[in-house]
Amino acid sequence: MLYIYMLGYDVDFGHMEAVSLISAPKYPEKQVGYIVTSSLLNENHDFLRLAINTVRNDIIGRNETFQCLALTMVGNIGGREFAESLAPDVQKLLLSSSCRPLVRKKAALCLLRLYRKNPDVVNVDGWADRMAQLLDERDLGVLTSSMSLLVALVSNNHEAYWSCLPKCVKTLERLARNQDIPQEYTYYGIPSPWLQVKTMRALQYFPTIEDPYTRRTLFEVLQRILMGTDVVKNVNKNNASHAVLFEALALVMHLDAEKEMMSQCVALLGKFIAVREPNIRYLGLENMTRMLMVTDAQEIIKRHQAQIITSLKDPDIRRALDLLYGMCDVTNAKDIVEELLQYLSSADFTMREELSLKAAILAEKFAPDLSWYVDVILQLIDKAGDFISDDIWFRVVQFVTNNDDLQPYAAAKVKEYLEKPAVHETMVKVSAYILGEYSHLLARRPGCSPKEIFGILHEKLPTVSTTTIPILLSAYAKILMHTQPPDQELQSQIWAIFNKYESCIDAEIQQRAVEYFALCQKGAALMDILAEMPKFPERKSSLIKRAEYSEADTAEQSAIKLRAQQQPSNALVVTDQPPANGATSPVPVGPLSLAMVPSMITTEDHTSTDQALSQQNGSLTKVDPQHPSADLLGDLLGPLAIEGPPGATVQSEHNAVSRLEGGPDAVDGSAIVPVEEQRNTVQPIGNIAERFHALCLKDSGVLYEDPYIQIGIKAEWRAHHGRLVLFLGNKNTAPLVSVQALMLPPAHLKMELSLVPDTIPPRAQVQCPLEVVNLRPSRDVAVLDFSYKFGTNMVNVKLRLPAVLNKFLQPIPVPAEEFFPQWRSLSGPPLKLQEVVRGVRPVPLPEMANLLNSFRLMICPGLDPNPNNLVASTTFYSESTHAMLCLVRN
Amino acid sequence: CSFVEHRNYKIVYRRYASLFFLVGVDNDENELAILEFIHLLVETMDRHFGNVVRFFTMDCFSNPFKCELDIMFHLEKAHFMLEEMVMNGCIVETSKANILTPVQLLEKT
Repeated sequence: MLYIYMLGYDVDFGHMEAVSLISAPKYPEKQVGYIVTSSLLNENHDFLRLAINTVRNDIIGRNETFQCLALTMVGNIGGREFAESLAPDVQKLLLSSSCRPLVRKKAALCLLRLYRKNPDVVNVDGWADRMAQLLDERDLGVLTSSMSLLVALVSNNHEAYWSCLPKCVKTLERLARNQDIPQEYTYYGIPSPWLQVKTMRALQYFPTIEDPYTRRTLFEVLQRILMGTDVVKNVNKNNASHAVLFEALALVMHLDAEKEMMSQCVALLGKFIAVREPNIRYLGLENMTRMLMVTDAQEIIKRHQAQIITSLKDPDIRRALDLLYGMCDVTNAKDIVEELLQYLSSADFTMREELSLKAAILAEKFAPDLSWYVDVILQLIDKAGDFISDDIWFRVVQFVTNNDDLQPYAAAKVKEYLEKPAVHETMVKVSAYILGEYSHLLARRPGCSPKEIFGILHEKLPTVSTTTIPILLSAYAKILMHTQPPDQELQSQIWAIFNKYESCIDAEIQQRAVEYFALCQKGAALMDILAEMPKFPERKSSLIKRAEYSEADTAEQSAIKLRAQQQPSNALVVTDQPPANGATSPVPVGPLSLAMVPSMITTEDHTSTDQALSQQNGSLTKVDPQHPSADLLGDLLGPLAIEGPPGATVQSEHNAVSRLEGGPDAVDGSAIVPVEEQRNTVQPIGNIAERFHALCLKDSGVLYEDPYIQIGIKAEWRAHHGRLVLFLGNKNTAPLVSVQALMLPPAHLKMELSLVPDTIPPRAQVQCPLEVVNLRPSRDVAVLDFSYKFGTNMVNVKLRLPAVLNKFLQPIPVPAEEFFPQWRSLSGPPLKLQEVVRGVRPVPLPEMANLLNSFRLMICPGLDPNPNNLVASTTFYSESTHAMLCLVRN
Repeated sequence: CSFVEHRNYKIVYRRYASLFFLVGVDNDENELAILEFIHLLVETMDRHFGNVVRFFTMDCFSNPFKCELDIMFHLEKAHFMLEEMVMNGCIVETSKANILTPVQLLEKT
């Protein structure tokens, strides 16, 4: 019966028999029954319910063999019902030391299956100790299955299982040193490679190890593995030892520990790539690609570049290709692209499209100069025209249009290609377009008169398909236009063509022909109508988008994403930019760091590691304002509070007429708003703190966004009045109910929020205006308590409103005669404050000026004798005080 | 090369003369370990049946017929063995003695 099933026929008889066999008393029959049931039925099958009771009896029964059978079956196909009814029994079995190991190992895996089905089964708190106990086992069978169980439990929640960590390390050590392993488990001289692999996998789930002793042991073990593995004659031993080795490499990468170990790893990988065995080469390349993502071992990897290129000659080049793509950067781009191009001519057809796409992207990203880029693309089209998607040639045309000096070069090159006998259609399209636009630039060169160019293009006309003909027609029209004074013969030729196509079936062609003909009659006015194409706006390359999309399937992308998800700590560690290590000696002009302003205002992320990080940001439950790379400007605006005393770490050299440190000032977040995490199940998208900062400088933008709602703000400010409009947009298809927005105004602002509707209909946007009046100067901030209900989720967020001090500033020019007397008349605190900023990078003057401008301070040039100083002035308005002049000097 | 990728799975295969063994695994599984697991399976079957494949070499030259025949005629035993070794997608037992004991028990009764 099994055989029949395997052959693919539907077995619809005999199920009843199989289930009843399970209850048979004799072992063989029982065994057969179980196996058949396991193979034929899956967990949703109705028949299984019949079996639950019998199975339960078997499990609690004393006969070990029966127990095993039952456990095995449950382990393989157990469903939810099984989980609920059988879990306690299975747990008991697992833990009782009177059971033989045989049974216990099955019980462990059975529990795993049940856990996956119904996570509540395993009570997390109590279980951690028991896991630790289990891991003390000597018998390797039980250990193997316990390790698998551990992996699953830890992947969900690694903090609870800290105590298991040293045990894992000890196990690994035991295995690696080959102590105390029964002969049975030794596989060609290597003790249980699978268990080693599993243990290392489990270790990867934990972030870095604190305990120094454990750490040292682990490193020793890893070191031994790394050094001790050689290429041996026996294939199987080879494979097994390398399996352990690769896993160890992965662990080392994760631990991100010592530089020395990393370079050892890379050296090893380099050796592997040269090995003849294809498997090892493949894995070596794959691991190198992974390494690229995790660390910056780029230079070391580049040394192996030559080797990698030769491995392109392999029958299987997928990995080599990915690796080259990853490690390409400005220095070696030229070589790599040229290699790729060469390879393209001999490549397998399936690979060509991907190959050409990657080559195009690399060429674009790292082109040393643009004419080279154009060359490369044209070569690409020439060699592999079929596989060039339209995006590629659109892109090259875009480039040529945007760069004037490139145009004649491109036109000449394109003409050369056209002169070849066999030209691919895409090439014709590109050439037609470029020649149409720019052939007049070539007009002076020999052999390039409009007539000849027309001749060349016209030759190709019969060979092309209907998609290309419109482009050709446009090209003719433009050529004609550019020949002033008009050449009669050329003109009549072209008109004849237009006439011919006026009755073409294809609507597009017909339309073009008719229109162009009519236009040509107009004569001189033609110039204006058929003017040159304007430049394209800069857009993110659709090629890169395409590559990212198409890579979604490959192992590389998912490995990255998986690593990013599995090892959150690692991702954060890696992409952390070091906080500004500033000038060693405080420069007398205390420079304000501008590093973060541009990156906050433009939040585009291009690389995949950044994507991973922003995924992390989206899934972090804390709006993490302490993220060191994020907030240099935040430092300026005041540390967001979970701890900071206001302004302590923030110092800026400012002057103010009021009590404050005027200008862009510390929003004293801690005063009113707890910026810590909200008890929300709905996670905000993007970093709220960053958005707030961005909005402090701009007047409109998104204040808050989460999967259900988007809140935007638009503001206008005049003297001490401000008017904000809140745009509440419901992103979902269901209405949001119980919408409430409460203002918590601080003492210095008077705020009036008009009525917020109770329900926001789906996919609609509601506008709520808000009036703000500044009563007196203060660093406090207004908070909007916003809550809504979606389904059964109640969501509540407290959002700071960007109605901050600098919004009430109005720039005003102050002439020199007024400035300095005022300056000198203010003698000291609290009216005049001066501080030195330390630890930030020096910033060029124009950027500084921009920053001050965006804070609504007007720069008064030339007032200060020292050219490194910037002077700005503004007026601060509030209701209680009259207009106050603020002067800032850096 | 013994690994193939497809969507987000990998296939690890090994060829023994006319027998192909294929294993489908997740993307983050260690491929060489699976390769060795295939070999372990073959060795276990060899020990049980007497002459499934020759130990050392990967290309079996003697008695190619008998190799597959053993598996064909005793398919359920092949299943039993595999059942002992793998459970719910994880490798549970790698010691040949432990694996073969229940199977031999079955044949006795």
